[in-house]
Amino acid sequence: MYVATKGGERAIGAAHAWLAEERRGDPATPALTVAQIREQMTLAVARVMAEGALYDPDLAALALKQARGDAVEAAFLIRAYRTTLPRLGASLALDTAAMACDRRISAIFKDLPGGQTLGPTFDYTHRLLDFALAAEDAPPPPAAPEAPPASSPAPRAAAILDREGVLQPEPEGADTPPDLTRAPLELPADRALRLQALARGDEGFLLALAYSSQRGYGRNHPFVGELRVGAAAVEVEIPELGFAVAIGEVALTECETINQFAGSTTEPAQFTRGYGLVLGCNERKAISMALVDRALRARELGEADADAPAQDEEFVLSHCDNVQASGFLEHIKLPHHVDFQAELELVRRLRAEATAAQAAASSEAAG
Amino acid sequence: MTPDDADYTFAYLDEATKRMIRRAVLKAVAIPGYQTPFASREMPMPYGWGTGGVQLTAACLTPDDVLKVIDQGADDTTNAVSIRAFFAKVAGVATTESTREATIIQTRHRIPETPLTEDQIMVFQVPIPEPLRFLEPRETETRRMHALADYGLMQVRLYEDVARHGAVTLAYAYPVRVAGRYVMDPSPIPRFDNPKLDRSPALMLFGAGREQRIYALPPWTRVESLDFEDHPFEASKPDRPCALCGAEDSYLDEVIVDDAGGRMFVCSDTDHCANRRAAGAQASAP
Repeated sequence: MYVATKGGERAIGAAHAWLAEERRGDPATPALTVAQIREQMTLAVARVMAEGALYDPDLAALALKQARGDAVEAAFLIRAYRTTLPRLGASLALDTAAMACDRRISAIFKDLPGGQTLGPTFDYTHRLLDFALAAEDAPPPPAAPEAPPASSPAPRAAAILDREGVLQPEPEGADTPPDLTRAPLELPADRALRLQALARGDEGFLLALAYSSQRGYGRNHPFVGELRVGAAAVEVEIPELGFAVAIGEVALTECETINQFAGSTTEPAQFTRGYGLVLGCNERKAISMALVDRALRARELGEADADAPAQDEEFVLSHCDNVQASGFLEHIKLPHHVDFQAELELVRRLRAEATAAQAAASSEAAG
Repeated sequence: MTPDDADYTFAYLDEATKRMIRRAVLKAVAIPGYQTPFASREMPMPYGWGTGGVQLTAACLTPDDVLKVIDQGADDTTNAVSIRAFFAKVAGVATTESTREATIIQTRHRIPETPLTEDQIMVFQVPIPEPLRFLEPRETETRRMHALADYGLMQVRLYEDVARHGAVTLAYAYPVRVAGRYVMDPSPIPRFDNPKLDRSPALMLFGAGREQRIYALPPWTRVESLDFEDHPFEASKPDRPCALCGAEDSYLDEVIVDDAGGRMFVCSDTDHCANRRAAGAQASAP
């Protein structure tokens, strides 16, 4: 009985074997391939890449398969792998203005140079279950109609406002941005560091924070200035060559919000912006990130009463990482019987003392 | 090692990361009780499972070390088994369950009963390194409070306990003052273990992976548990002997043995208990 309360090597081994069995499910059903996950669960793959902070659709798909579809567990697998990789260098800043966009919309202009491109969006679908998809051997859908490719990249919506001076210019950041995977997070953090933390932060947490800021906890009415989904080239300066070469491309979602103006009697009013950039296709996260980024600029922009959760840098940055959060949350299921024993003993002693004091008081009253 | 294992550097972490951790350890040793920030890495076990301790152990291990890992005082608890297996695999070091044989002991929630020596390093897994955290949630504030040695809030908290309950109601993670300066969280060890920290001959290292902090007690450092002159600190444990080895002075686990409320109390330190029984000790007949 005493031994049974302790764990052991055999129990762990058996648990791992059972886990592998559960992961596979009914062996009569064909096993999922990594390619199937990568091609048909693309948004799950994108989320794992974003929160795992590593652009590799194949590994993200593998992680999802290994994690039985749990996105947070899959992101953790990717993070643990990522941290073992050597750091060979840094790319040039991505030129997202030159992105090849699958989707590009602006909510602040009816039309704009470069046009509105809906792309493959759920936005105007009716959410009716499509039972035809349940058929195992349905033929692939007919090809979607194609527009002629754009002759030049779409200019940024913000650039149009910029020309007029109604949009606040962004201050220049440091040449080498800080990196929270190489230096401990120290507060206050600059905007580049905050954006890094948000880009790998938990989608659900950012969604809830952004939503809270829309509902009045740090109200800051945003317009989606521009939302882009597409691919951007990654360029690296090769010292031996003396110029930059493209080493590949990454799928990205970028969101720039235009927010209510700041200004005073002496300073002309201007719009301000929030920024979100996420690996892979994930609009919900990119928009959330832009709203939270803007909310976190409350102090910098001199907004009064900047004390809502979404405006609190320490609160947001300390809690947005789901690998940290789920690890710490779930660790309470590890054995804690030593500490519990200490508390139990203390509570028993305090109760005994209180009961004795009560008994003494009542016998005194009776006597 | 199998070819697969050879893909990892010794003790898993790359050399640059180990050097970064050792620098933080040196700073921590130089400023006893001070929480040194370090660039904690993601490890292949979750945050909360001892990633800070694992990184410290990885940075301290040499091929000649003998490693002991305990959780709740025991070598055979699941997480201790898992961490010991990890280092046996990625560092190929010898492991032991014997406190005397070990050169590095990684622990969660206990300090062994067997006295430690100058040749040993204790590595503690720390969940929340900040002793003031539950009084002040902001790191920016607590760092300022440590800088100014502004510990009034903690004294008030302990005083309120005494006023309300007649005693301090912290049963574990009982705060200590290190070398007369920094107030430190000794990690969630029961307060029974606090006196073992004072002037310990072994180097004590504390690692908090998620919170990115390392702190240390160099050998022979003065460590006082916070208290009041008229309410001195008291290390406490269940007032009975171990049901297996009869030890009167070791920390005990309470084990429920049936569903009628039957229970027994046994040593939490399994190595200590086994050694005593091997030497002929036994529980006196009830």
